[in-house]
Amino acid sequence: MSANRTASETVRAVRLRGARRARLIVAGLAIALVALFAGSLAFGDPVYSPADVWRVLTGQFVPGASFIVGELRLPRSVLAVVAGACFGLAGVTFQTMLRNPLASPDIIGITNGANAAALFAIVVLGASGLVVSLGAVVAGVATAALIYALASSGAAVGARLILVGIGIAAMLNSVTAYLLVYANEFDLQRAMRWLNGSLNLATWDGVALVAVPFVVLAPALLLLSRRLSLLRLGEDLAAGLGVPIEPTRRLLVLVAVGLAAFATAATGPILFVAFMAGPIATRLVGHRGSPMVPSALVGALLVLAADLLGQYAFGTRYPVGVVTGALGAPFLIYLLIRTQRTGGSL
Amino acid sequence: MTTTLTTEALTLGYGDRTIVSDLSLSLPAGKITTIVGANACGKSTLLRGMARLLTPAHGRVLLDGHDIHSMPTKQVARRLGLLPQSPIAPEGITVTELVAQGRHPHRRTFARWTAAEDEIIADALEATGVLDLADRVVDELSGGQRQRVWIALALAQQTEVLLLDEPTTFLDVCHQVEVLDLLTDLNRSRGTTIAMVLHDLNLAARYADHLVAVREGTVHAQGTAEEVLTEHHVAAVFGLDARIIEDPTTGRPMVLPLGRHHVRGLRDVSPVNRGNHHDAGKVSPAS
Repeated sequence: MSANRTASETVRAVRLRGARRARLIVAGLAIALVALFAGSLAFGDPVYSPADVWRVLTGQFVPGASFIVGELRLPRSVLAVVAGACFGLAGVTFQTMLRNPLASPDIIGITNGANAAALFAIVVLGASGLVVSLGAVVAGVATAALIYALASSGAAVGARLILVGIGIAAMLNSVTAYLLVYANEFDLQRAMRWLNGSLNLATWDGVALVAVPFVVLAPALLLLSRRLSLLRLGEDLAAGLGVPIEPTRRLLVLVAVGLAAFATAATGPILFVAFMAGPIATRLVGHRGSPMVPSALVGALLVLAADLLGQYAFGTRYPVGVVTGALGAPFLIYLLIRTQRTGGSL
Repeated sequence: MTTTLTTEALTLGYGDRTIVSDLSLSLPAGKITTIVGANACGKSTLLRGMARLLTPAHGRVLLDGHDIHSMPTKQVARRLGLLPQSPIAPEGITVTELVAQGRHPHRRTFARWTAAEDEIIADALEATGVLDLADRVVDELSGGQRQRVWIALALAQQTEVLLLDEPTTFLDVCHQVEVLDLLTDLNRSRGTTIAMVLHDLNLAARYADHLVAVREGTVHAQGTAEEVLTEHHVAAVFGLDARIIEDPTTGRPMVLPLGRHHVRGLRDVSPVNRGNHHDAGKVSPAS
């Protein structure tokens, strides 16, 4: 090696500076998440002291708190965190892979597929619970496969996936709209509750439905994250650096769609979380290293915070999806304006 | 270093459209090969095919005698680098981080970053003269600086063969020469085998040890610049009526396009390289 000491020290310094900042922000996000999580257990009606919450968490019996914190608030908050992390991971994977912030699963039709299937199960089949959830998962994956098959022949896969996805989303939305017209009054209420994305019905079963896939799929995504960051250099350069493009892309789509579909099945579509988490995380961390962990943390924080806002900030209780939808729409416009100005990727 | 990259009766295309047909070419080891040809003649496709980015319809690409498609892609990437035409840097990435991506083929999945890797990156930054820019964000650099950074990435990959698709696009003449000088340095100091597609015939002639003219997806002529850049070949490959003179600064051939306007009496221009074809210079009108 011929480079002199100082040159390689410069390189090392630049590299570490980025890594250190990313680590600090990830630590900050994690602390914020733990604090908000604890807050979500203690706060509400009634408000419990941290000591009571701690006693419930460590398995001691506290009259009242054991039920309200242990059986109502805890599964709700855990579901919020896990589903939020799933949405965040799924979104940032698509956005990074296709180099476009619009490429999130809730914009390119995957969530819409899950919605239509869930509504079909509720309205036509009169199903509930697990059948609705599994219908949503299967339909989400099938929609993704359809979009991928229609878009993936030839060049410029990224742009075509987004356009085909938006088209499919519109078609599926009309199916959803038709089912809503067709539904009787009782089913309509259940359908609307599902469509709004809500944590009101959180149970430990619901938590398991999303937690198990999360434990399997999230590490798989971390394994793929280096290849994913190489894809950001463009397909030709990534292929030249030894990334098998097509297998990598298929794996990434599969894992990300799995995460999004299971999360949607457990909570209904919590609008725009998948879409917002990645860009916010990248804003905070910069483009150093993998955006995966920060995006998962931001997704979890978004869902948890939006749910708390929806429950307690207004006179009426709003489902979490209404709050994220209200936050996400302006964010979408902001991103569109910014993307147009920079012509850039995520 | 004696790594050879060869194509054997290579046919490439997209879908039903054949772009390169039955093309056999061998890149001289340790030399600089420049590839020239008209727009859409298949030269970029050929380069992508040689870098295993396209699966051949027929024929093979051989890296040291082994079919490149039967080797693990990461293993190929340790020996063969590709710089595509106008690559895009991810928003916000620093020069160092971008160049570090070139180490991917040499790294295991969970390997820690070593001091040796930092030195390789420092080497690459120094060789391309961008060490001062190590902590700058790539989007903010000028076109010439950015192109150097991309070449630094290719250097960090430490391959024996390097393919470049129009490395001088969008650069002014000064930066074009700078980039080509840099590639020549690399070839001479490290023995890297280089093949690049170039648009400017005069620069292609100047920097080539070996020059390949591609026409309609096949090799029309190859050899030294003097052998390939004749009036006859230039007419056949580009549909361009031109005179060839000797570049007084390098002794290499220089192509002077005639066009329909502005040309004075041609007797003033001394031809050195008309080739032995009686119909040289007489061309069917270009479309």
